[in-house]
Amino acid sequence: MSTDMEKEKITEALNKAAVYGNNIDLNTFDDNNDVHAKSVESMSNPDKKTMEKVGMELNDAEDRSGTFLQVDNAPVEIKTKKDTPMVLMNTGDAAKKYPELVEKYWWKAVKADTDKYTAKTALEKENGYFVHLQKGVKIAAPVQSCMFMSHENQLQRVHNIIILEEGAELNLITGCASDPSLDKGVHVGVSELYIGKNAKLTFTMIHSWGHNVAVRPRTVAIVDEGGLYMSNYVNMDKVADVQMYPTVHLIGKGATTRLNSILVAPEGAHMDIGGKAILEVPGTKAEIITRSISTGGTIINRGYLEGKSEGVKAHLECNGLMLSKKGHILAIPELDAHTGNSDLSHEAAVGKVNQEEIEYLMARGLSEDEATATIVRGFLNINIEGLPKSLEEKINKTLDTFTYTKGM
Amino acid sequence: MLKIEHLSVEAEGREILHDINLHIRPGEVHVLFGPNGTGKSTLISTIMGFGQYKITAGKIYFKGEDITHMPIFDRAKLGIGVMIQRPPTIKGLSLRQMVNLCGDTKEETEMMAKWMRLDHFLDRSVNEGFSGGEIKRSELLQLMAQKPDLLLLDEPESGVDVENIALVGRAANYILNNNEKPCGNPCRDEKCNEECPFANPNPLTVSHRSGLIITHLGHILKYVPAQVAHILYNGTIAASGDPQELFSNISEYGYEKCVYGGCRRMKK
Repeated sequence: MSTDMEKEKITEALNKAAVYGNNIDLNTFDDNNDVHAKSVESMSNPDKKTMEKVGMELNDAEDRSGTFLQVDNAPVEIKTKKDTPMVLMNTGDAAKKYPELVEKYWWKAVKADTDKYTAKTALEKENGYFVHLQKGVKIAAPVQSCMFMSHENQLQRVHNIIILEEGAELNLITGCASDPSLDKGVHVGVSELYIGKNAKLTFTMIHSWGHNVAVRPRTVAIVDEGGLYMSNYVNMDKVADVQMYPTVHLIGKGATTRLNSILVAPEGAHMDIGGKAILEVPGTKAEIITRSISTGGTIINRGYLEGKSEGVKAHLECNGLMLSKKGHILAIPELDAHTGNSDLSHEAAVGKVNQEEIEYLMARGLSEDEATATIVRGFLNINIEGLPKSLEEKINKTLDTFTYTKGM
Repeated sequence: MLKIEHLSVEAEGREILHDINLHIRPGEVHVLFGPNGTGKSTLISTIMGFGQYKITAGKIYFKGEDITHMPIFDRAKLGIGVMIQRPPTIKGLSLRQMVNLCGDTKEETEMMAKWMRLDHFLDRSVNEGFSGGEIKRSELLQLMAQKPDLLLLDEPESGVDVENIALVGRAANYILNNNEKPCGNPCRDEKCNEECPFANPNPLTVSHRSGLIITHLGHILKYVPAQVAHILYNGTIAASGDPQELFSNISEYGYEKCVYGGCRRMKK
């Protein structure tokens, strides 16, 4: 896969701390490739429930085009619905089968020596999903994937690759979660997303991790001319330490991206979450919207728009609600225009629930708590366009699990 | 229905209303005239119980209950409904959800929204990007669902285009239960009634609903029969009388002359 020189460089990067987030010592975790679950059926009920919570349809997956389940570092289930013109397989197997694609796509969007997490993933046995859609293939029903951690103190490594050729369309929902009884672990997830000319990818990710799990996703999407990359990220559970800064390169004329994130940080949670769009050529568009709520935890919300070319348009919105006296929200929106003719804007607001809004709803007969809960629910409600109904319902269901109670 | 005794109110340490006395009986609609900044909106907001206003003296009774210090939502539950001038936007809460929260059934919401020409707004966030007139119609739609016994309207005609003024007036009249039919066309002739989807033209059966309406232009009086008018001047009720009479005197002589010259005695 890599030349010796590259390998050396990557090995060196094993000690390279990431730009953001706590520097995790990966050596303290149990890195193994053991099979901890033979099948979905063999998994415990609480585990199944957790997977369902993050979007997996386990029983009746009729409305799913494919299913990919990885438990710790072993693929457990890889299924493609009959007659679906899609390649869905384990990344490691794909690398063996398609060397010409490795040449073109492996570690090209995400550099293997970015930091210790990418380096570790690049050097060890490769797992994760590989999805390839040929030119013009449009798959309406979502493909579902789940990265599940079941083993105490596990280091989970994931390398995902999605390639959409010209005009292809895919909806992917990926749920990342851990066994509810699991306390400690680290998840590293590298995702390289290639959205070809006029192709469209909707990437929905729901996280629900154990309290002391550290999470390091490394996602980069490259969008070609007229392509669309929509990302929806939901994380509403206590997670000790998640740091991610997904990046989208808009490299073809008219390429568009929308990144939506919904974050709720309970006490003890630490979320350092960003979104970056690089508008490389004229006519590219980006919108990054984050709604964050702290009920006692910490949220660092980074946003970065870089207009490298003339005639680009992008908007960044990071709004936060503090629902507790404890807690911390830090919004860091950055705009970086390289030319005079780029239209970059941002809107950031952090505060408590607006008293005027509460009173407005109270005048319609809601109690103060009901009014506050209604406003908070509305705040989380990002209008996500073009999402399949089943996914929209899934996200709404997840959002509904968040109930605001006074004094949290 | 509503009895206000010797009410004084301040906001941010400044007295705005002084020694207000007002009695609205069941079935009565009162209008409130007065120049800008004289405290009309403060009076309505205080009756509803909004937090930025502090009552320094006096009492407010509603249906015989002392509501002077009652929380807003208890007042709403007891039957007070308000249209304020600039309601806030609530992002992510659709107008449809809002109307349903107010108490309507879903079918009624559709029908009433159609009548209010707001059916295309039902899935938009409440008040987000609404024009002045759209806000008024949206507020009335919510109030139709809320069905208050005492309707408080703060300048229902302001910002409403000519075409929709009749609609706003009739909607207010409908809430006050004065024999109005909620049909698609805001006209007043017989044809209009034919199009009306209601078997029973007015689902709000006999009641004794009352209202207090702030108006500058008086257009609403064409649609809502009001019994009594008051002029609020410098924070107090300076004159009361027949709505049409007071209004024409104000139009002719202006507030100051009208108040100090004895408004009711003036004749055109």
